[in-house]
Amino acid sequence: MSAVPLVLESVRLRLGERVLVDRLDVEVAPGECVTLMGPSGCGKSTLLAYVAGSLDPAFDASGRILIGGEDVTPLPPERRRIGIQFQDDLLFPHLTVGGNLAFALAQRVSGRRERRARVDAALAEADLAGFADRDPSTLSGGQRARVALMRALVSEPRALLLDEPFGRLDAQLRDEVRRFVFDHAGERAIAMLLVTHDEADARAAGGRVLRFRDNGRVEG
Amino acid sequence: MFAVGAFALPIAAGVAGTLAPAFGFLPAIGGHALTLDPWRELVRWPGFVSSVTLTIATGVAATLLSLIVALAFAAWACARPWGARASAWIAPVLATPHSAFAIGLAFVIAPSGWIVRAVSPWLTGFDVPPDVATVGHPSGAALVLALMMKEVPYLVLMIAGASAQVPVRESLAIARSLGYRAADAWFATVLPRIWRQIRLPVCAVLAFSLSVVDVALILGPSHPPTLAVQAIRWFADPDVRSWFPAAAAATLQLAIVVAAIALLLGVERVAARLGLARIEHGRRDGAGGTVAAAGATFLALLVALAGASIAGMALWSFASQWRYPDAWPSGLSTEGWMRRLDGLASPFATTLAVGAVAVAVSLALVLACLEFEQRRAKRGPPPGLALLYVPLLVPQVAFLFGAQVLLVRTGWDGALVAVVWAHVIFVLPYLFLSLADPWRALDPRYARAAASLGAGPWRVFWRVKLPILAKPVAIACAVAFAVSVGQYLPTLFAGNGRVPTLTTEAVTLSSGADRRVIGAYAVLQALLPLAAYLAAASLPERHRPRRRGSRS
Repeated sequence: MSAVPLVLESVRLRLGERVLVDRLDVEVAPGECVTLMGPSGCGKSTLLAYVAGSLDPAFDASGRILIGGEDVTPLPPERRRIGIQFQDDLLFPHLTVGGNLAFALAQRVSGRRERRARVDAALAEADLAGFADRDPSTLSGGQRARVALMRALVSEPRALLLDEPFGRLDAQLRDEVRRFVFDHAGERAIAMLLVTHDEADARAAGGRVLRFRDNGRVEG
Repeated sequence: MFAVGAFALPIAAGVAGTLAPAFGFLPAIGGHALTLDPWRELVRWPGFVSSVTLTIATGVAATLLSLIVALAFAAWACARPWGARASAWIAPVLATPHSAFAIGLAFVIAPSGWIVRAVSPWLTGFDVPPDVATVGHPSGAALVLALMMKEVPYLVLMIAGASAQVPVRESLAIARSLGYRAADAWFATVLPRIWRQIRLPVCAVLAFSLSVVDVALILGPSHPPTLAVQAIRWFADPDVRSWFPAAAAATLQLAIVVAAIALLLGVERVAARLGLARIEHGRRDGAGGTVAAAGATFLALLVALAGASIAGMALWSFASQWRYPDAWPSGLSTEGWMRRLDGLASPFATTLAVGAVAVAVSLALVLACLEFEQRRAKRGPPPGLALLYVPLLVPQVAFLFGAQVLLVRTGWDGALVAVVWAHVIFVLPYLFLSLADPWRALDPRYARAAASLGAGPWRVFWRVKLPILAKPVAIACAVAFAVSVGQYLPTLFAGNGRVPTLTTEAVTLSSGADRRVIGAYAVLQALLPLAAYLAAASLPERHRPRRRGSRS
């Protein structure tokens, strides 16, 4: 897996007359986590949707998204190889814990045994060895959050978008999950964009902080 | 649960009243001993094997194809913003009775029909209609097509309803970020979670397709016909001895439906295993996209056929002359309508009255059920609710005959009341199914807020819940009214042939009357429920259901 930067190049987002983001240029280095902060409804999550490729067509958007120099803007979400984490862990309830990871695992990892070994290794990395056959609903909040991150990581994303991923966790758990996310994604040198309300998240991310102002200005 | 008893008991009695003569017991016509003679007679009927084969083949094909097309369309629409609005488009299709489509489709696909006319003689050289049997083709293909015209939209709507309970957008976003195309993502992450909720509608579609009578009469083969149609033929035979094989055929029909549903549940288990294995295999070949595109195309074709079917009948009703191979009537006038107005008035009024009363009675029962459920100390739906689905799963022929015997006994046959009651049996479940979700989704804080202002439970019901839910109530009533308008067999049996409605008249006429006359009946049959639906849909929305899993 090669470490690559994520670049947003003069990104502009509008909803009707309202400018959400005006000319945003950011380069996120491999392993870095850039935090986006601002009040509710300012367009932070919309910006992540644009990067992921799942922006609602009601928005007017322009600007390029580059990953390792490749322009992925014209690509549909499934070909961008950009992982996402939402506030809810969104583990699929119809699959086991291992099934959730197997679904994410690249197709080229072939053979049942090989796939199972990769899933087990990912679970061991998350201190969840032996959890493969468990129903996700039997896991604690912290365990679910770790599985959700491992699911994104086993698909070998080239960048990771974190959309308030710690918002639903209680204070104590939040610290633990934060460390888990930044350690494991950082270890793989994945470029990350984090959207949050919580200054502590930004501190833990350790990267630059961009703040959304009125009229779509974003300041570092 | 009075409401449940109101139809569960008669159905049980009806099935018993059909089972007994199937084994030779019907004292009124001289059957006193239990015997297998009715079955011997049924099996000895020369068309027996082909009829059973035809019944199973058309019923299973219509169900499977409808399910595949509906699922494929849902997968196709999930990534398209206007795909979600398609449900508004297909609602009118649902309001139109099966038989109106069947009658219209018969003209569209007939050898002398619209499609042939459109390309003749300039392309085909057919100066006279070709001598092929499209309508009534021994394969039953026309029957399957007509069933699909209604069942695909029905299943699409059920899928949309079930999907509202699942965070579809987020699930798709996750799956797509993992490298799956939208349709594949839908099949892997949404379908397995909504299947539990659409299983029952699929079973209802299967039961209906296997035992449908009116559509099979109009479009199905006649030598031999499907089993349900043959049962009706025997029941209608002046020689009452034919009632014995008729009851045996109706009983066999019931057995076929039960077996088919059991088989479906078995297949479901195997399919679930294979599906999970495929999901865990991580295949991202885009196969779902191909299926989805094919399904969307097929649905578009079905909607076009449905539109052409009704449009063709509307044209016929205004045609003064429409000779083969003209693609368009040579003259249009309202004269035909004027001339037929007297004949149409009475079945129109009957249809309207029976529908209105059946809906009113059902609505009262359903609201009582839902209120009872909310005022009960215990949470969750009360027991016995599953019985609501019985009328949707038991083939009509299997209990209507027995019910008719009961009605004749009590002297109620042919009375308007009996027809209304027979309609309520089928109207009530649909009304309940369409109203239960919005009713239960109403934010309980409205009621609590009203109660804190001193309103008692009845005042809360009349002044808060009902006004807020006016639109869903009206829509549910429109759906229920459409169900009533479309009833053929219950009207025929409970009315003992003496209470003609638009649907019974249209089906009777379809076997050879002037197309201009049939057209008038079919158009009215389609317009009446549509008008009710449009009236309901035009009401302002006062209540937005809480949506789970959606955020800005």
